[in-house]
Amino acid sequence: MSRPFRHRHLLGIDALDARDVIQILDAAEAFFEVSRRPVRKVPTLRGKTVINLFYEASTRTRTSFELAGKRLSADVVNISTSASSVTKGETLLDTARTLEAMHPDVVVIRHSASGAPHFVADRLGCSVVNAGDGQHEHPTQALLDAFTIRRRLGTLQNLTVTICGDVAHSRVARSNAALLSLFGCTVRFVAPRTLLPPAASSLGVEVYDRLEPALEGANVVMVLRIQRERLAGALLPSLREYSRTFGIGPRTLAAAPADAIIMHPGPMNRGVEIDPTVADSERSVVLDQVEAGVAVRMAVLYQLAGEAGAAPVRA
Amino acid sequence: MWILRGGRVLDPKNGVDEEADVVVEDGRVVRVGRGAAEGLKGEAIRELDCSGCWVTPGFVDLHVHLREPGQEYKEDLASGLAAAAAGGFTTVCAMANTRPVNDRRSITEAMLARAREVGGARLHVFGAITKGCEGRELTEMADLREAGAFGVSDDGVCVRSAAVMRRALEYARTFDLLVSQHCEEHELTAGASMNEGPVATRLGLRGWPREAEDIIVARDLILAEMTGARYHVAHISSRGAVRLVREAKARGLPVTAEVTPHHLLLTDEAVVGYRTFCKVNPPLRAEEDVEAVREALRDGTIDCIATDHAPHTSLEKDCEFDQAAFGINGLEPAVGTLLGLVRDGHLSAARLVESLTASPTRVGKLDGGGLAVGDVADLTVIDPERRWTLRAKDLRSKSHNTPWIDQELTGAVTRTMVGGAWVYERPDERA
Repeated sequence: MSRPFRHRHLLGIDALDARDVIQILDAAEAFFEVSRRPVRKVPTLRGKTVINLFYEASTRTRTSFELAGKRLSADVVNISTSASSVTKGETLLDTARTLEAMHPDVVVIRHSASGAPHFVADRLGCSVVNAGDGQHEHPTQALLDAFTIRRRLGTLQNLTVTICGDVAHSRVARSNAALLSLFGCTVRFVAPRTLLPPAASSLGVEVYDRLEPALEGANVVMVLRIQRERLAGALLPSLREYSRTFGIGPRTLAAAPADAIIMHPGPMNRGVEIDPTVADSERSVVLDQVEAGVAVRMAVLYQLAGEAGAAPVRA
Repeated sequence: MWILRGGRVLDPKNGVDEEADVVVEDGRVVRVGRGAAEGLKGEAIRELDCSGCWVTPGFVDLHVHLREPGQEYKEDLASGLAAAAAGGFTTVCAMANTRPVNDRRSITEAMLARAREVGGARLHVFGAITKGCEGRELTEMADLREAGAFGVSDDGVCVRSAAVMRRALEYARTFDLLVSQHCEEHELTAGASMNEGPVATRLGLRGWPREAEDIIVARDLILAEMTGARYHVAHISSRGAVRLVREAKARGLPVTAEVTPHHLLLTDEAVVGYRTFCKVNPPLRAEEDVEAVREALRDGTIDCIATDHAPHTSLEKDCEFDQAAFGINGLEPAVGTLLGLVRDGHLSAARLVESLTASPTRVGKLDGGGLAVGDVADLTVIDPERRWTLRAKDLRSKSHNTPWIDQELTGAVTRTMVGGAWVYERPDERA
């Protein structure tokens, strides 16, 4: 853990290389044990301030970041849209400047606009962590997924990972595709064409129209949430048809190797994109992902704000 | 009397490209040609050494947004027409999407009257096609024509209804008005903020397919053929639309098109980093589209260059990309950026000047566009080698939302003349 982290912010996987990722995952291994101790707290970030600025509803990510900061002994403040001045029409820039005047060490931001964390990072003196921006990136999710995969399968190298579901609207899919390709993995997207991003193959992935061939030989199956509002946009005729054609259930999963693991970033729509028997099976690592989330976010905060981190330069 | 001595006179309308003198008296060109100033003497004569410079007819821009009335904090007629003059433009045509919309005689008259007071470049105006640019009821086009409008456009939004567009073309034809269309199938672009493609996918931004432009161009060309109206494609940006216009022109339809400097010079890669100064409607496209519009400008499929000057302040641009306004400030950066196309061999100097002078006047049926003896002396002097840096503080425009801000450009307007009087002299040029 002695190498200083090369980055001042964590805005996306696209800025990282394989060494950066390994550095975070290795740090997360150390913090993973902390969460299993009777006293789940270390003094690493004592005296540091972390602000969680959430412009989108989120339970698991916000809680995960909050616990990560608290288990590192940082002072953690949560700001969510309903409770902030956003509803009064304050601009993102003014909100960011206001927060900066309080001297945080890290601002964790989730926002519905792609690029919002980059906008904030360009204008603040502290470190910024992207906790999900629009349809762009969700780097800590990809990192916790990688952490989970590495723990379960023993490696990240040269795996075949099938990502199934609403890829078009998924920042999780983009960040995962970017991270996994750093380790020589084959990433497959499978979804109806309406739920694939335009020019999907430009992301360096293989695109499949049918589930069974996409699952053949897969080491990991990542299932993405299907949102009901996709019906209104004429992207899907019905959840029933989606479930029948692209839902991950015992029958479709027969096409995948018996040791393939099943992941889902949550929250799950049981009976739509994932059958309950699969979600609750031995192969499902959904709760491992949640547990990994805290450790990985501790590692990220530590890299950016801890002694190993590049000291934030104040303008 | 002004003698502009020894410049490269580029006057494509009259087939002139030679080192020559231009003599201006009482607001008109009185002599032009090699050695034309010889023998002229007198105390009233003032002389400008134009060696190494281009002397061209004043530029004409068929597409600007000057924001007055209604959004004067972004631009007004005084600042906009001063910016035009600084960009080498002697005539600009203001779009109708002011607040209120220029959809009636009184607003057209007020704009034109105000423009005469403030000086700078000349102003022409588009009236709206439909009341409030709402796409439903036609404006009083005869009234607008009498008040001085030369064309109609709902630019900013597309006339969505095929039925309304058909009637607009028929009605506008009655009064010989140019109909300029903003070609965007709005249902295909809902929520989109940049060109659809690999870059949008990488950035996680909602993409805007070029087909949204092509569909309207195709529909309108069919309606233009049906009605015989003078139909003009504003800010063409896609290779498909270019193909459609080329085909329509080959069949002899009265169709014209313009392209902006930014669609000639930039691709959607420029958006990377969520640069809101590169957020524009239509969006910056892919490499193959840029190649297509360049080729079409060379072969005349695209008639002219128009800046789509769209000033916005930090209120509209210093924010999340999704929330930023569309638009690029185009008048003052035009020459310094477009000359790159000539230097890089994409466009001849003569064609570049034609697309900024004789072509737009032909399309709009406007005066000017040439430098023959007897013509009104609207002209532009350009130093094609001058290196300068585009600084916000130097701009006449109230806004500075251009992708080229703080960049070094090569080629500068040194002077602009309207009706025999200088309306712009580059600060470092004054003797």
